[in-house]
Amino acid sequence: MDLNLTPQELRFRDEVRAWFAANVPKDWVKRRDEEESMQGRFDYLRSWQRKLYDAGWAGISWPKDFGGRGAPVMEQVIFIEEMARAEAPPMANVIALGLIGPTIIAFGTPEQKRRYLAKMLSAEEIWCQGFSEPNAGSDLAALSTTGVLDGDHFVVNGQKCWTSYAWAADWCELIVRTDPTVPKHKGLTALLVDMHSPGVEVRGLKQMSGESEFGEIFFRDVRVPVENVVGKVNEGWGVAMGTLMHERGTFGAALQVNYRRNFNRLVEIAKHIDRNGKPASEDPVIRQKLAQCYAEIEVMRLNQLRAFSRINETGVPGPEGSIQKIFWSELNQRFQQVAMEILGPYGQLAHGSPDAFDEGQWAYGYLRSRGNTIEAGTSEIQRNIIGHFVLGLPKSY
Amino acid sequence: MQFGLSESQQILKTNARKFFAAECPLSEVRRIMETDTAQDKKLWRGMAEQGFLGVVFPEEAGGMGLGYVELVALAEEMGRALVPGAFLSNLFAGAVLHAAGATKHLAAISSGEKTATVALLEADANWNPDAVKMPTLTGEKLFVPDAESADFIIVAARDAAKLALYLVESHAVKKALMPAMDLTRRLYKVTFDHPAAELLVEGDAARKALDHALNVVTVALCAEMTGGMQRMLDIAVEYAKTRKQFGKPIGQYQAVQHQCADMLLFTESSRSAAYYAAYTMTEGNADAPTAISVAKAYTSDACRETGNRAVQVQGGMGFTWENDTHLFYRRAKASEIAFGDAAYHREKIARAVID
Repeated sequence: MDLNLTPQELRFRDEVRAWFAANVPKDWVKRRDEEESMQGRFDYLRSWQRKLYDAGWAGISWPKDFGGRGAPVMEQVIFIEEMARAEAPPMANVIALGLIGPTIIAFGTPEQKRRYLAKMLSAEEIWCQGFSEPNAGSDLAALSTTGVLDGDHFVVNGQKCWTSYAWAADWCELIVRTDPTVPKHKGLTALLVDMHSPGVEVRGLKQMSGESEFGEIFFRDVRVPVENVVGKVNEGWGVAMGTLMHERGTFGAALQVNYRRNFNRLVEIAKHIDRNGKPASEDPVIRQKLAQCYAEIEVMRLNQLRAFSRINETGVPGPEGSIQKIFWSELNQRFQQVAMEILGPYGQLAHGSPDAFDEGQWAYGYLRSRGNTIEAGTSEIQRNIIGHFVLGLPKSY
Repeated sequence: MQFGLSESQQILKTNARKFFAAECPLSEVRRIMETDTAQDKKLWRGMAEQGFLGVVFPEEAGGMGLGYVELVALAEEMGRALVPGAFLSNLFAGAVLHAAGATKHLAAISSGEKTATVALLEADANWNPDAVKMPTLTGEKLFVPDAESADFIIVAARDAAKLALYLVESHAVKKALMPAMDLTRRLYKVTFDHPAAELLVEGDAARKALDHALNVVTVALCAEMTGGMQRMLDIAVEYAKTRKQFGKPIGQYQAVQHQCADMLLFTESSRSAAYYAAYTMTEGNADAPTAISVAKAYTSDACRETGNRAVQVQGGMGFTWENDTHLFYRRAKASEIAFGDAAYHREKIARAVID
């Protein structure tokens, strides 16, 4: 066991740190908390990602041949941590970077890798992930969007929902049913679909937190060339599972730094907000709750470090990623509730209220956290995965 | 950067697992726990021969001179096997002797020739060394582990305003059993009436020695708890796979399956925290005390909760004496309390990260 950085990792970290110190836009921290149109924010993040790409920082662990840096996963982790530590803006093309790129690296043809990967890294082409449907959420394999072979194209019809960044996407990793005559897991195919194709329509879906990060996509006779199949026809379930493993395993990497920052901010607030005539930070109950949050954030960081070490050895995230997913999502809900308790009546104040702390971010964060245990596979599904795939209990469904 | 065991650490862990599987199966645990002191001479000799008793103590004091990661790897296996007796109390005492520079006594501990324990708590049951009030050397110490089987008792006392640590021969003091929940370890009330005593260390040095030893034994305990959690999980999952109701294994029902998933989450998370704390201690990092408190705060709650679910998953069987779960469950409560419960360590965290 050795958590010290190797000389190579140390050099890398210093280089990253110096670059961020010189290049993180000065206006970001203020801008982050201000209200801005979704499109305006996205354009800003997109040009920031382009800057990272040009400097060679996008796709740290992706193959060099396709625009990446070809570095070990640990350097990817170091990069993500440094990025969060520097309070740098996030990248725009998160679904491509975290999920679909790694899927194409694992399952795609050399031609697909050449065609798509570099443009993911440069944010030239934005991606979304067309998995869930109105009648196929947790039971993803029950999806009913169809792909019917017609010459050298699949003709796609159906509807996807809860699709993050559907409104911004140029491309979609889409799972469709190509053989309805076989058991549900065996007739699925993964397609790369141009979102600008005729017959694709996107509608926004407004969330309880007020914004519309995700949307619905309707496909009406959309023609997708057969060379856009990822993996093999009717073997799309394995491809989809590969994508979801990435979603559960590595997606949370930057979270621990953000959580720690939120924690530190909450401690600052607790020192300046009154509770029974003295600062909340001196109240023994509040202290217990804050310390519990600190401990859990720390445990989350350590679980992730262990998971990354395992990925470093084996090359792929495993079903243990479900533990991470449960941990970060449920922890954030507990943390947001502690924040509400400390803020008292101020906690409910929304964006636009001059009396709100931090531009109303806490009210937003509290609402947004309810989505954490639903997005990327509900906590119930994660527990099914752990029960069956990790503990070897019989499948419950 | 690698968060995992090195090859030699893994070998030590595997050997420990094999050793305890052979020398201390649960049938043997049940036999030993019925004895007066729950401390078995033959098992102890075997552990001494393996070098387990001196794993973190320097070679010149008869130890193996290894780090705290090796210690927790060993402790995890001991927790998994529910090894009864004086390992932790003896480790606690050894760590005090080590910090106090008492090499001769430490050598006797490392070799297994002698065993020792530490008398810290008084009637107010406060784990903070500041709370020690007993004057030299008269009064009562409570919750002293393994005092009857120990050859020596290290006692914390207050000499005028100064904290002082003394070494006393166990037969020179009066010991009364405090019958308690954990059947695999004994607690005693020890009465001191001016016994012959050797001053080990006093003042700031005494406080430092005690703080150091508390860190060592707490991190080992966290790993031991993790091993116990893993075993409770394994027992419960095995049961859920074989026990049938409504024509199906109960582990097929999500209400049961999700309890097992949570037990795994608690266990793996405790493991991460314990190994990290041990690592920071080995490295001598300034944040080691906080890492230890994080581990103990998290693991104390997680271990209890894992036990609760292990009993529940097994239904009526989990509530029987014959089922081994209650042995781990009892240990879990004792461990949760020992060296400060979750609330105690959360306050320590608060002092480090809020104030």
